[in-house]
Amino acid sequence: MAYLEVRDLKKCYRTRSGPTAVLGGVDLTLEEGEFVAVVGYSGSGKTTLAGLIAPDRGEILLDGVPVTGPGPERGIVFQQYSLLPWLSVRGNVALAVDAVNPGMLASERRRITDEFIALVNLTPAAWKRPRELSGGMRQRVAVARGLAMRPKLLLMDEPFSALDALTRATLQDELLRIWAERRSTMMLITNDVDEAILLADRIYPMTPGPDAVLGPAIEVGLPRPRRRRHMSLEPAYQKARQALVEFLRAARTTR
Amino acid sequence: MRIDLSQKVILPLLGAACVLTIWSIVSVTVAPDLPSPGRTWRESQRYVLEPFFKDGEMNQGIGRLASYSLVRVGKGFALALAIGTPIGFLLGLSRRFHQSFDPIVQFMRPISPLAWLPLGLVIFQKSEPAAIFTIALCAMWPTVINTAVGVRSINPDYLNVGRVLKLSRFRTLTGIVIPATLPYVFTGYRLSLGLAWLVIVAAEMLTGTPGVGGFLWQEYNSLVYSHIILSVITIGAIGFVLDRLMGLVEARVRLN
Repeated sequence: MAYLEVRDLKKCYRTRSGPTAVLGGVDLTLEEGEFVAVVGYSGSGKTTLAGLIAPDRGEILLDGVPVTGPGPERGIVFQQYSLLPWLSVRGNVALAVDAVNPGMLASERRRITDEFIALVNLTPAAWKRPRELSGGMRQRVAVARGLAMRPKLLLMDEPFSALDALTRATLQDELLRIWAERRSTMMLITNDVDEAILLADRIYPMTPGPDAVLGPAIEVGLPRPRRRRHMSLEPAYQKARQALVEFLRAARTTR
Repeated sequence: MRIDLSQKVILPLLGAACVLTIWSIVSVTVAPDLPSPGRTWRESQRYVLEPFFKDGEMNQGIGRLASYSLVRVGKGFALALAIGTPIGFLLGLSRRFHQSFDPIVQFMRPISPLAWLPLGLVIFQKSEPAAIFTIALCAMWPTVINTAVGVRSINPDYLNVGRVLKLSRFRTLTGIVIPATLPYVFTGYRLSLGLAWLVIVAAEMLTGTPGVGGFLWQEYNSLVYSHIILSVITIGAIGFVLDRLMGLVEARVRLN
C-alpha cells in the first residue's frame, strides 16, 4: 500500500441550489519522499483537495492511518501565507514547533526552530514581523513553518501564485534545493504547468469542477538535480508538457 | 517645512482666535452675564497659576480639582475595563452567550448616566462609590462591543493555523484570539475613556463631590460665571489629552 492513499474522495458543498459536488471521486497515491503535483484550472476544486480532510465519501489513508480532520501530520502552506502578524518570523515557526513537540526540551525545540529558519535563508530576518517582509520572504516563513512541523506530508496550495514571476522562480529553485536536501514527501497544487514539471516526480492533471476528478498520472522523466535553464529543450520536458496540456484542453472541451 | 508649520500651528491658532472673537462679541452683545475672555482670565488667574492651592473643600486650585476627578475616572474606567473586556470576549466567542446577553447590552447601552446615578446612590448610600458605579456602567459599552466585534472578525486564516496545529482551547485563546483582537479592544478602551470623562462631570454635579464637575456646579450656584468657563476649558483640555494618550497606546497595539 502507498504512503498516501486517496480513494474515491468525494466532497460536496451545500449551496442555495442544493449540494454541489466539488470533487467527484478523486484517486491519488503518493510514495514516501515523493514530490507529486496536481495541476488544474482555477476554481476546479484544487483547494478543496488541499484540505485533504473529512471526505463525504471515499477514504484518505496516510501511512496506514485514516484521515478525518485537520492535524499537524499534514503541514499546509497556503497561498495567502497565513502568518500571525503579531509574531516574528521566529515566533511563527516556534509556534508550530512547540505545538507539535509538547514533550520536548525547550533547547531542542529552539534548535529545530533555528534549523528551519536557516533552511529557508531567513536567519538574518528572524526577529522581523511579517509586515516588514516581502511576499517572497513571507512565503518562505510559511514553508519553514510547514516543514518545521516535520509532517508526514507537506501540502502546498498554490504557494507561489501571489508572487511576482522573478520571486516565484527563486522560490521554486529553493523548494527544489530543500526537497533534494530533506526528501520530505510533498504535494504541490498549482495552475502553473511549468512549475509542476520543474518540481514534481509525477503530475496529476485535474478536470474542471464541479465533479472534478484526476486524470492518469504523468511521469516527469527529467533527471535530477534539475535546472530551470535548459529544461525546456529536453525531450522529457516536452513530452510531459504535451501530455498535460492535451489532457487539460480535452477535459475542458468535453464540458 | 514652512507648509507644515502653517498647517500644524498657524491654522489651529487662527481657529482659536475666531472662537475667542465670537465669545467676546457674544459677551458684550446678547449675553451681558457671560464673562468676556479677559474677565474670565482675571478671575481665574489664581486657580491656573497656583493649580494646587487649597482654601477649603470647594475652593481649590484647578489642578487639584482635576486630580480628584482624574482619580475618580481612573477607578471607574478600570472597573469598566475589568467587567467589559471579559463580557466582550464571551459575547464574541459564544453564540449562546451572545443570544442571551446581547439584547441586554443593547438595552443598557443608551441609558444616560443621569439615570444610573440615583440608582447608584440607592445601592451604595454614598456619593463616591455611586459615582464610580455610574462611570463604570456607562463607560464599559464601547469596550464590550468593540471586543465582541474584534473576536468575530478574526481572520479565519489565523484560526486555521491553530486548527492545523491542533492547539488546545486555552492556547488558541491566548496565542491567537486575544492577540488578534487586541487592536479592536484598545479602540474600545479609548472610546470608553472618553465616555468615562464625559460621565464624571455629570456625576460630580449631581453628587456635589469635589472635582472639576462639582466645582463647576458650585460656582454656578455662587454666580461666579467665569469659573464655569474655566471648568469647561479644563474639562475639554483634559479630555483632549486623555484621548491623545489612549490614541498613542492604540497605535502601538495596532502596529504589532
